Amino acid sequence: MEYILLFLPLLGSILGYLGKSIKFFFSEIITSLFISISAILSIIIFYKGINFNDYGNYKIFTWINSGDFVANWSINIDPLSSVMLVVVTLVSALVHVYSIGYMSRDPHKPRFMSYLSLFTFSMLALVVSDNFLQLFFGWEGVGLCSYLLIGFWYKKESANNAAIKAFIVNRVGDFGLAIGIFLIFYHLGTINFSEVFELIPMNIDKEIFFLGRELNFITVTCLFLFIGAMGKSAQFLLHTWLPDAMEGPTPVSALIHAATMVTAGVFLVVRCSPIFEYSQFALNLVAIVGMFTAVFAASVALVQNDIKKIIAYSTCSQLGYMFFSAGIGAYHVAIFHLFTHAFFKALLFLGSGSVIHAFKDEQDIRNMGGVWKKLPYTYLLMIIGTLALTGFPFLSGFYSKDAIIEFAYFKHSSVGNYALVIGIFTAFLTAIYSWRLILKTFHGPYNNKTLPIEKTHESPAIMIIPLVFLSFGAILAGYMFKEIFIGSHSYEFWRSSIFFLETTKHDHVPLWLLIITPVLVISAIPISYYYFIKNIHVVEGFKKTNEQLYKFLLNKWYIDELFDLIIVNPIKKLGLIFWKKGDRDIIDRFGPDGISKIIKSISNKAVQLQSGYIYDYAFVMLIGLSALITFLILN
Amino acid sequence: MIEIGLGHYLTLAAIIFFLGVVGIFLNRKNVIVILMSIELILLAVNINLISFSIFSDDIVGQIFTMITLTVAAAEAAIGLAIIVVFYRNKGSIRVEDIHGMKG
Repeated sequence: MEYILLFLPLLGSILGYLGKSIKFFFSEIITSLFISISAILSIIIFYKGINFNDYGNYKIFTWINSGDFVANWSINIDPLSSVMLVVVTLVSALVHVYSIGYMSRDPHKPRFMSYLSLFTFSMLALVVSDNFLQLFFGWEGVGLCSYLLIGFWYKKESANNAAIKAFIVNRVGDFGLAIGIFLIFYHLGTINFSEVFELIPMNIDKEIFFLGRELNFITVTCLFLFIGAMGKSAQFLLHTWLPDAMEGPTPVSALIHAATMVTAGVFLVVRCSPIFEYSQFALNLVAIVGMFTAVFAASVALVQNDIKKIIAYSTCSQLGYMFFSAGIGAYHVAIFHLFTHAFFKALLFLGSGSVIHAFKDEQDIRNMGGVWKKLPYTYLLMIIGTLALTGFPFLSGFYSKDAIIEFAYFKHSSVGNYALVIGIFTAFLTAIYSWRLILKTFHGPYNNKTLPIEKTHESPAIMIIPLVFLSFGAILAGYMFKEIFIGSHSYEFWRSSIFFLETTKHDHVPLWLLIITPVLVISAIPISYYYFIKNIHVVEGFKKTNEQLYKFLLNKWYIDELFDLIIVNPIKKLGLIFWKKGDRDIIDRFGPDGISKIIKSISNKAVQLQSGYIYDYAFVMLIGLSALITFLILN
Repeated sequence: MIEIGLGHYLTLAAIIFFLGVVGIFLNRKNVIVILMSIELILLAVNINLISFSIFSDDIVGQIFTMITLTVAAAEAAIGLAIIVVFYRNKGSIRVEDIHGMKG
């Protein structure tokens, strides 16, 4: 069953790609069907895991076997990976079905479906790995698929640029991850998770020489692993690729850049919790980066105008939540938030895809508004997604987000208290920008000048039905699974897959903490209604008086410009020098170009010898003959 | 009275050979003259062969010369035939006009 689960998406990808010539809808049916089967199987595995503790390691075959070093291809089912399996396959299956409708007019749909399935396979290989090598394979596989899918509309220059940007920024992170793995292998001699995690407690005080300095082994390793996680999960400074990645088709944004791939970094940190737990410094850094990203991304999301970019920054911000949750030691809460986030963020993305579809590829929310009656289902589903995202009471985001804030409170450390404040503040910002998105898109006056309002239309059923499923997840996932994931018995559920050095005591929660977030979140609804619909002048006036701040946020803190200044442009200049001076002026000039020039001039001279007159040839023959004879006689 | 020896014959042959060679180079007018010059060179070689044959008392040289003359006759016939065909195609057998092999 586990083997089928893993390899069906791969099979679907290959068949879907090869089958593009068979019949027009062959590939979408085969890929969607296979992924759906995978999703059902993973739910069964998840169910069996919860109720019967049915876990295990299923070996596929030995990959590398060299001396003491063994790395297997295997399917490692434990509580952590079974949760990830459900998230990945379920969202992926729904996105596949949605894509049938969304991409219906695209001539390259088979290729699209094939890439989606390939991505799912890579992601599954990542989460079920039992060693760092297979994890790295999956890690690169999802990176590749992300690149292919962002650049899916390869005729669009911006899409190509965004794809390359995503790939290169991820390379920075992957480099860190690779170094982390090298360090682990070099100092522990193995890369299998179970063996590494056993060896770690014996090496707590191990000092290693790194870059000429003596540093703590575990801290250095954690830092490099975390750089990898930052790249994949778009944390501050390595986040720049995620908003640009929205150039890809919307289902891709929902699947890869919201629900699954970007959470791989969180998964890595949680998976490596036995290592991170022994380095307080690394954990604090994880928490601080997470907090900073959460606030930063939320502040940028406040002023963006592209519907998908707002949700992208929101994703970035929620990933920050997961990271600082892991950083304060609440790994299971991080995974719980990952789980609920996958549903409501995929719902929001697919919903925004439906809106974009309705507006005939319009993404700017300034050109929308007033269509909630025309798009009742999309409107309703987006509202559910927004409520869940903002943490409206008793929807899924409420349970996971509040759990993070509570854990920060119970941590009773400076980082914990800081995280508490940040968590509440960001929750408020999240509510504001989410409602701004909804209100600007569906309420207020209709602002689109090119498309009359009568022409907007509700999406077909094949796009709405997956959204309905996701909205069930967004409503119920928190309530249904909170006991299992983060309840009092959750440590028994996670067992050895998440390691806690010391479990945080879960005392009585003070009342003010219980109500402060819901109150803020609910009060954000009328506030945003007042400022974004009723009284726009206040916001416009604020924009005018604080133009510096507004521009700062609108330009995403000028991070891209900063990178351009300190990294991209110098490298471009260096490249230009190497290209023009090095390659063209030296290698080409003396290499291929030079040789061909010499040959050309020599042959031009040789041509002059061939006058075509017989007496000239005869003369040459005679000279040659006499020279030859002279030579022979003299010898 | 001068005794005519091998040297004289060889000198004669050398002169004829030289005439043939110069005829090839200096002639800019007619291809047939080139053909004649080649014949001259061939004859010079034949004179060499015969004189060596006589002075070294070996009949083989003279037999060889007979064969060479036969081949030369055939060659002249073929050469003239080629020139005829060439004239039909190009309408001229002036050496200056023949430079089809110019690179």
